[in-house]
Amino acid sequence: MTPSTPSTTALLRAHRVHVAFPGRRGAPDARAVDGVDLDIRRGEIVALVGESGCGKTTLARTLLGLVAPTEGGVTFDGRPLEYSGRSLKAYRKRVQLVLQDPSGSLNPRHTVYDAVAEGLRIHGHRGDEQAAVAGALSRAGLRPPERFFLRHPHELSGGQRQRVVIAGALVLEPELLVADEPVASLDASVRGEILALLLRLRDDLGLSALVVTHDLGLAWNIADRVAVMYLGRIVETGPVEQVLTAPRHPYTQALLSVLPEAPGDPVVLTGEPPDPSRVPSGCRFHARCQILAGGEAERAGVAEACRTRDPGVLTGDDTAQVACHWAAAR
Amino acid sequence: MSLLEVRGLTVTYAGGAAAVRGVDLRLEAGQKLGIAGESGCGKSTLALALLRLLPAGARVGGEILLDGEDVLAMKWGRVRAVRWAGASIVFQGAMHSLNPVHRIGDQIAEPVLLHGRATAAGARRRAGELLEQVGLPAARASAYPHELSGGQRQRVMIAMALACDPRLIVADEPTTALDVMIQAQILRLIEQLVADQDVGLMMISHDLAVLADTCDRLAVMYAGRVVEEGPAAQVHEDARHPYARALSDAFPRIGDPSSRFAPRGLPGDPPDPSALPSGCTFHPRCPVALDSCTTEDQHLREAGTAWRAACVRIGRDGPDDAGPARPREGVPSPGETTGPGKEARPRTP
Repeated sequence: MTPSTPSTTALLRAHRVHVAFPGRRGAPDARAVDGVDLDIRRGEIVALVGESGCGKTTLARTLLGLVAPTEGGVTFDGRPLEYSGRSLKAYRKRVQLVLQDPSGSLNPRHTVYDAVAEGLRIHGHRGDEQAAVAGALSRAGLRPPERFFLRHPHELSGGQRQRVVIAGALVLEPELLVADEPVASLDASVRGEILALLLRLRDDLGLSALVVTHDLGLAWNIADRVAVMYLGRIVETGPVEQVLTAPRHPYTQALLSVLPEAPGDPVVLTGEPPDPSRVPSGCRFHARCQILAGGEAERAGVAEACRTRDPGVLTGDDTAQVACHWAAAR
Repeated sequence: MSLLEVRGLTVTYAGGAAAVRGVDLRLEAGQKLGIAGESGCGKSTLALALLRLLPAGARVGGEILLDGEDVLAMKWGRVRAVRWAGASIVFQGAMHSLNPVHRIGDQIAEPVLLHGRATAAGARRRAGELLEQVGLPAARASAYPHELSGGQRQRVMIAMALACDPRLIVADEPTTALDVMIQAQILRLIEQLVADQDVGLMMISHDLAVLADTCDRLAVMYAGRVVEEGPAAQVHEDARHPYARALSDAFPRIGDPSSRFAPRGLPGDPPDPSALPSGCTFHPRCPVALDSCTTEDQHLREAGTAWRAACVRIGRDGPDDAGPARPREGVPSPGETTGPGKEARPRTP
């Protein structure tokens, strides 16, 4: 177990990661992840937010070693990730995935015990299996654990199923969890309980987490740092308080403005994010940007840059940064 | 006469699950009523009951008066005439509600043709108009559902619901699977259509904040009953029932320091409709339950002007106590479930 000392070095680091999926019948490649730097330090919870299709799930899969980047690389604990079967297996002991829909990610014919012990068996755990399973279940808030051992997923509520999935991830004592929409399929009153669990795991075990979500409220609830992704790039990143209460990128501003109860007038962007196989030139957001359309970029003298010059890739560290010509000129 | 008046509605499914247990609601034309609650609270059953869409074997009691006419007493022919034209439903999950092998224009035209409102050519024209009304080009009528994005499909569902100029639209989780920006687009569209056409809207969701933003009045359901009903903003900001308050706290207000690193939820799980707890059905999860709550059922009582809630504490604590749910003593620590299964748990571990 790693003590939760705030460290300056990244536990997991993505460096200039690009993931492109080849287009069919001569169509251009879909640049799902198009140059991303992202660090996750020990004991840190980072929220990766964005709309569907922005590449956030592909980036998470790349960090897990499920997808090999077409350019750039991922390092864990200072060592670059290797894509051989053996080193990936060792890696997955240290970095675990928590999936979105607990009903779909649990085998309905396996008991809770089997579901949680599966990871131990795959990794040839040589200790007391039952104690490890019981420990993981109780850390996930299923107490007393023995009462859950022989239950099947259909006998559990949605919140309990998600706890079983989390226990399955915890049983190998990983250092980092990657959670893809961990509460999206849960009831509102259960959601808070699962988020509280993730926070407690960080506090008690020093776990790091990357939480992939489209829910900005979730980031406000549990994350230290947030990275906002749009069309394959991180367009704004920084401490949660800063990014969510004083957003600088027009896209982040728009996302926050349409939440219920948001102060001020909502900025409802028209249309949908463009296809990642046709990333616009210049700033990738310029075609939908309310600041450019409203003439404010023109007044700031950056409109030309917005249309023609790529604002570049943000570094992955914990400083507040924004990939926007207009925000930079202010 | 109200556009919709539901009186003492009860629905029990064939398996014995009491999904709706006595609901009274009223909706005027041009008004927007939000129904909030979690899975299993009976909100979708309520929507299906309004148009008699429940599966065979479900026992339905009470009255559903649509423009004064009881839907539950109608002959089938009349029910068929009322569906789409009197009231229509926008279902959740537009992917599954649209037929994947028919062009969307034909699907929108179908109710128009069935109701004998137009010729084939007229129905096609109407489908084009409806698409434009919901912000899609009329030329998209020839597209198949898979060629559209989730937001566009939801727009098609809304166009279908509008096809026969209904007086009442029931939207069941119309934005649940959508991204925030698309959700905002769809909610604006629904609001605008309600305002332009003077229809009544009943919107169902688990997200109290979204409902409070869109609707005039809000009803919160728990275990088949309305536990709080009142003006939307007041119910959201100052809920009287502890469950309504928990639901409203579940989604944090960004920038509110009290919710930073402090996600709020409720211990336990929503009850199983076929094995409901005794007394007030919320008592096993209630942070402020009294001993009497385990035995005494609670009905709606006055909680303010045009505002009712079903909690024993209303009136007891005096009007200045801002709702009964503030104190949180005696609650199992957050993030813990003490027992398996869906059965009601004892309050103290």
